[in-house]
Amino acid sequence: MEGNIFQKYPKNDRSNLIAMLQDLQEVYGYLPEEEIRKVADHIGMSVSGVYGVATFYNQFRLTPLGKNIIRVCRGTACHVKNSANILTALENELGICAGQTTRDKLFTLETVACMGACSIAPVININDDYYGRVTVKEIPKILNKYKKQEQAVSIE
Amino acid sequence: MIELTINDIKVKAEEGMTILEAAKSVGIHIPTLCYMKDLFPSGACRICVVEVDGMRNLIPSCAYPVKEGMKIQTNSSRVRVARKTIIELLIENHPQDCLICVRNKNCELQDLSERYNIREHRYVGEKKNHAIDISSPSMERDPAKCILCGRCVRTCNEIQKIGAIDFTNRGFKSNVTTPFNKGLNVSDCILCGQCILVCPTAALRERSHAKEVVNALNDKKKFTVAQIAPAVRATLGEEYNLPIGTNVTGKIITGLRRLGFDKVFDTNFGADLTIIEEATELINRLSNGGTIPMFTSCCPGWIKFAEQNYPHLLDHISTCKSPHEMEGAIIKSYYAKKMGLNPEDIFVVSIMPCTVKKFEASRPELSEAKLPDVDAVLTTRELVRLFKVAGIDFNDLPDDEFDDPLGESTGAAAIFGTSGGVMEAALRTAYFKLSGKELENVDLTDVRGFDGVKEYSVDINGTTVNVAVVNGIGNVRGILEQIEKGESKYHFIEVMACPGGCINGGGQPIHQKPEKVEKRARALYEIDAKMKHRKSHENESLKKLYNEFLGEPNSHLSHELLHTTYVNRKKILEEL
Ligand code: SF4
Ligand code: SF4
Ligand code: SF4
Ligand code: FES
Ligand code: FES
Repeated sequence: MEGNIFQKYPKNDRSNLIAMLQDLQEVYGYLPEEEIRKVADHIGMSVSGVYGVATFYNQFRLTPLGKNIIRVCRGTACHVKNSANILTALENELGICAGQTTRDKLFTLETVACMGACSIAPVININDDYYGRVTVKEIPKILNKYKKQEQAVSIE
Repeated sequence: MIELTINDIKVKAEEGMTILEAAKSVGIHIPTLCYMKDLFPSGACRICVVEVDGMRNLIPSCAYPVKEGMKIQTNSSRVRVARKTIIELLIENHPQDCLICVRNKNCELQDLSERYNIREHRYVGEKKNHAIDISSPSMERDPAKCILCGRCVRTCNEIQKIGAIDFTNRGFKSNVTTPFNKGLNVSDCILCGQCILVCPTAALRERSHAKEVVNALNDKKKFTVAQIAPAVRATLGEEYNLPIGTNVTGKIITGLRRLGFDKVFDTNFGADLTIIEEATELINRLSNGGTIPMFTSCCPGWIKFAEQNYPHLLDHISTCKSPHEMEGAIIKSYYAKKMGLNPEDIFVVSIMPCTVKKFEASRPELSEAKLPDVDAVLTTRELVRLFKVAGIDFNDLPDDEFDDPLGESTGAAAIFGTSGGVMEAALRTAYFKLSGKELENVDLTDVRGFDGVKEYSVDINGTTVNVAVVNGIGNVRGILEQIEKGESKYHFIEVMACPGGCINGGGQPIHQKPEKVEKRARALYEIDAKMKHRKSHENESLKKLYNEFLGEPNSHLSHELLHTTYVNRKKILEEL
């Protein structure tokens, strides 16, 4: 699959950079370092240039996604309801910053703008679950649910 | 010719000129940050904005061509407010530790702050916070001090054609850095320091070795030896406001003695030695069917580039160590023996125009029996700092002479510091060695000057020797591709990584005066022209070195002490 991407686009043509990165992210879920280097080589651009583009656009991820994706709303309504504290609490609890994935690859933490659920601000969303009026105190409990699921899976 | 008015002054300008250039031609200063002469304007910083009659927005003067009848205000209050705001925002996102900064009093951000009379903090907010990159032995990158002008990125990309650094992320998180933020040492960087020379602040700077040097000078057991590169003597005076191209050799020697060095030798001796070894190697390759074309090896930036990008062509590079490494090796062998010194007690300091030389000195291939040939490398700028702390008033120093015997040199060595110099010096000696006759006119002006690639052919004893001189690492790829295809017509090629050669090395005084390269080079050619001996093989102390110690050029002992090997750095970097 990955090989096709490099065949699909002609060599030394920089105009395909974004499209190639999108295709690769589709395959890997993120942009592995190895692939960024290959892209640079393929289109005849410096590695730093490709890396620069990959970090410029929000759509690209430089780290692999975790099993569970936590999105913290940083929209206005949630901000007013102290979503910053929720984010800090999650960062502390997981030991990572927004945009990163935990070492055990269980969680990825992201921030998003308004999720359209302002009436229950502050809001976080984990995979398909939404949590409204979240408090800092609740955070460990919420996370535990997903950690337990993982344990259950691994016992099976 | 176009007529326009700038600040109500009538100005005649040429078609295609920018507003910035037209203003400059009549003595009107417009500040710039992202602007780089000879490169396409990026229009990124907007500090150069001006007001143009009939246009609603302020216009970046560095990017906008003049038009007939234009009416421009470069200093209206609207313009001033706009500029001031940009400066204030830059300052507030900056560490503001000027007092303890290595660029204190030589910083464009400081200058702007002063020029626009910034006297208060109006925008206090979060400051960016990035780790300093100290991964390389030659350079440091301190992104907290970066004002994102992009000059380093463009120099690395468009002039050096390396592309080791680039803009990453955006908005508040924007940062100029290496791929994956991993550090210069594991990037494509060749440590040439050209980016340091264009950086308006201290975001890019050399890795200082001053402490090690001061410790050695204070250590009674150490026998300290300094050596100065050819290019340093033509530039150091600039740090003391002497005209560009002033030769200050004599004063540097006095200054080094006052710092406490036991001996002051001349890297130019090492340069003469390099020529003898390299010319001999070339002749051997030519007559024994060795790998041709042969490249010069005195520029460690070029070596690092070749090791990282063209490891399959390393056989083409002369095995000669660079001049200061040869000098170091001779100091710790021949000279130590002569003086009854223990090589372990000798501390050799090279004063260099170059940042890569720091990396070079740390190469394991460049030590004998675990003793490095050179113990520390100081840039021209670092030496000036040592002079200052030591209370040395440079301009008032009397002249002095180098110590014997490793201080004698010829005019051929003097020109090593400029593009084409190594080639010219090598040809003066190779001609003699091949034909038994001396060149009638030693001024080989065809290899002088600052074109990207200079070509020259010389007839020696009926054989034509084709040479090329590559000025700036950005110009070397084409030559290497010819070799890869087996289409190269050259026998001998000089490469210097820095545009202009070492006179414009990454360790040299920092300022943006465009005439610097030419004037510095002229100083070196003047030194050469005035010398009694202008060919390396006429250096008397060098003849003695061969008679008493080395035997023949390229002898077994020469090979051991003066030649080196290269590594496939592409592989090393890939495995990291
Ligand atoms: S030192 Fe040279 S190669 Fe390295 S980043 Fe600076 S300009 Fe590029
Ligand atoms: S490091 Fe220096 S030259 Fe490069 S963008 Fe920052 S301020 Fe400009
Ligand atoms: S040209 Fe001179 S200053 Fe520049 S990297 Fe080479 S040796 Fe150093
Ligand atoms: S601001 Fe958070 S859901 Fe609207
Ligand atoms: S100098 Fe003109 S936009 Fe930066």
